[in-house]
Amino acid sequence: MSNQLTKADAARKREKNPTSLLSALKNGGPVVWLSCLVMGLGNIVAGQFIKGLLFLAIEVGVICLLAIPMIPDISGVAHSGIGWIQMLPSLGDRADATVFDENEMVYVTVFGDRSQLILLYGVVFAFIILAFLVIWRASVRSGYQALSNKKSGKKVYTFVEDVKALFDENIHKLLMTPPFVALVVFTIIPLVYMICMAFTNYSEVGDKLNLFDWVGLETFAQLFQSGNVIAKQFWSVLGWTLVWAFFATFLNFFLGTFMAMIINRPTTRIKGFWRTMLSFTIAVPQFISLLIINKMFDDNGILNTMLQSMGGEKIRFLSIATNARIFVIVANLWVGIPYTVMQVTGILKNIPADLYEAARIDGANVVQQFLNITLPYMIFVMTPYIITSFTGNINNFNVIFLLTGGGPFTLEGSAGKTDLLVTWLYRLSVERQQYNLAAVIGIFTFIVLAIVSLVTYRSSGSYKDEEGFK
Amino acid sequence: MAKNKLSSSVKAKRITVDIIVHIFLAIVAVVWVLPFVYLIAQSLRGGLNHSNDYSLFFPAQYTINNYIKLFTDTAVLSFPRMFLNTLIISICSCVISTFFVLAVSYCMSRLKWKMRKPYMNMAMVITLFPGFMSMTATYFLLKALGLTEGNMIPLALIICFSSGAGTGFYVMKGYMDTIPKALDEAAYLDGATKWQTFTRITLPLCKPMLVYQIITAFMGPWCDFIFAKLICRTNQQFYTVSIGLYTMLTLERIGNWFTRFCAGAVLVAIPISILFIITQKFYQEAMSGSVKG
Repeated sequence: MSNQLTKADAARKREKNPTSLLSALKNGGPVVWLSCLVMGLGNIVAGQFIKGLLFLAIEVGVICLLAIPMIPDISGVAHSGIGWIQMLPSLGDRADATVFDENEMVYVTVFGDRSQLILLYGVVFAFIILAFLVIWRASVRSGYQALSNKKSGKKVYTFVEDVKALFDENIHKLLMTPPFVALVVFTIIPLVYMICMAFTNYSEVGDKLNLFDWVGLETFAQLFQSGNVIAKQFWSVLGWTLVWAFFATFLNFFLGTFMAMIINRPTTRIKGFWRTMLSFTIAVPQFISLLIINKMFDDNGILNTMLQSMGGEKIRFLSIATNARIFVIVANLWVGIPYTVMQVTGILKNIPADLYEAARIDGANVVQQFLNITLPYMIFVMTPYIITSFTGNINNFNVIFLLTGGGPFTLEGSAGKTDLLVTWLYRLSVERQQYNLAAVIGIFTFIVLAIVSLVTYRSSGSYKDEEGFK
Repeated sequence: MAKNKLSSSVKAKRITVDIIVHIFLAIVAVVWVLPFVYLIAQSLRGGLNHSNDYSLFFPAQYTINNYIKLFTDTAVLSFPRMFLNTLIISICSCVISTFFVLAVSYCMSRLKWKMRKPYMNMAMVITLFPGFMSMTATYFLLKALGLTEGNMIPLALIICFSSGAGTGFYVMKGYMDTIPKALDEAAYLDGATKWQTFTRITLPLCKPMLVYQIITAFMGPWCDFIFAKLICRTNQQFYTVSIGLYTMLTLERIGNWFTRFCAGAVLVAIPISILFIITQKFYQEAMSGSVKG
């Protein structure tokens, strides 16, 4: 028992006072200094052979990766990690060329550089070097600690004990490593790579798909030049994105709250049935339900054919800008109201009943009760939900993409009339191959989202006063 | 007498309001269900594929041929194949992402360590970037790794669906926060390691939220069609159900694909809806607290 406690205490102490890199270098002595060059040396000298060799293996591996040409480019010439990084500033300059092959008596294409590959490998190797530095720092510190433990007669942990520690006091290292590595490799590296593209001219425009260059803030500047086609599209898309997010969020919230209150009235029968009817739109995957809605409201869809067969006029829901915009907002109610009803139902029950009683004694009618009690309470409790749904709507790819595909389109530019920043970004990167512009729009979306969530969250009641609703 | 009269008029008013409310709810319910009725009706549409057939909400002839064809006529798009693909991918990515979410939320909720706050902030910043921004970049990366050709495509899809799970820990962390710390302390006093505390105390207590998490992760690949489409491109043998169905609509003009899309959509929507209802049950159970007094 006491043994357990002291062990835990020691572990805690070790966590609290990690030997810093600086003190390791200051107090370490020659072996620690040498271990800066030969990773793992400190551990080996102190007797932690496996750990030391692991560090050494990592060092050898990374150096091989950086120094030995292993990764071939498109023409088959292999480059080393350093080689790829060296090409980063120019992003390559050899264009594809047609050369006459004298042996075969034919013209052959000799591939040149691919800037996109150079940028990708450059970013990847930059991250490898970064990761290596982190491991290097850990190895120096670990060596120093092992050595000083050995010197002062304290216990030097064996490899088995280190592995055991991974399941106990160091469990966060064990548990966090796989998700974190996956996140870095498949989310953060692509993100950095894409952000880099914003500062290049990687685009179909001007035939810059094979070879492109750094252009600094040129693409950003385009968005602020008056009269520029891209600038015009950008501001109109941004404006519509905000209008859309505003209506989609607040209409959903108010109408959803209204629906929830109607369903939860004491005298409403079969409450569960009404809720189930609504929840169909949540349960069925959106790509099915929204595609069906799209087909129904198509210019030649079931609704219009039925209208015409009844002698009515065709309503062009999707092919006129204003109609399409109203249509997506209304259709989004169909998707969004059930979510609000689900969220609100529980909260409505939590409103203190004595508030209503006091209001009734004071002579407040139903509308006044709703405006003065229900709504403020709901807004207070639901602020985080409203913020998430606002940012969610700014990013609401599915609804726009499946309902209108961003259309109707004009002849000028690639942005449609119902395009949000995200759907436009998608079209620019996947269909139009204007990667630099797509990246810039992505960065602007990020900025908009960050501002919206910071401002609204900070000024919201539940942030300022965590104590609760008063 | 006067009182009686008053209450009866109040009662009458209430009954009128009730009737209006119920009629309103009925209309709303019909509006909400109508597209699904249309979907099912079209999936059963028989007869020739004349274009004026589209003008009928309910088909003139009913048949289950559309469903049968989905499984027998697999020359252009093989629905059973796509179903199997999606099943395999979603099981694998579900296992991985559930582990990721559990691991991260446990570290965020139960442990104190140096990089905890920085990691949470980083995760928040990442989620503020639109996912579609890095999509093409991820594709380039997977391509450079050789994962976008041939048999590696399912692996690439699994990676796509599960690698981001490390940022989706908020719900699970919030749930773990409600488990009393005293339970962990008691376990430590009894000599349990943190791993044992994690697997034998925290995990069993997380069961409702765990089920919610597992099913939600499982449903992901069934619903996404953008990322999967980008990676599969024209390799139809690796299509997931959602890309396949989406493609059917683009083939619509060439054959009887619209009705077959509807049939496939019904076949996907039913299990997914059932799973969704199960998740809601467990979610509500989870929301009512982890440890009951």
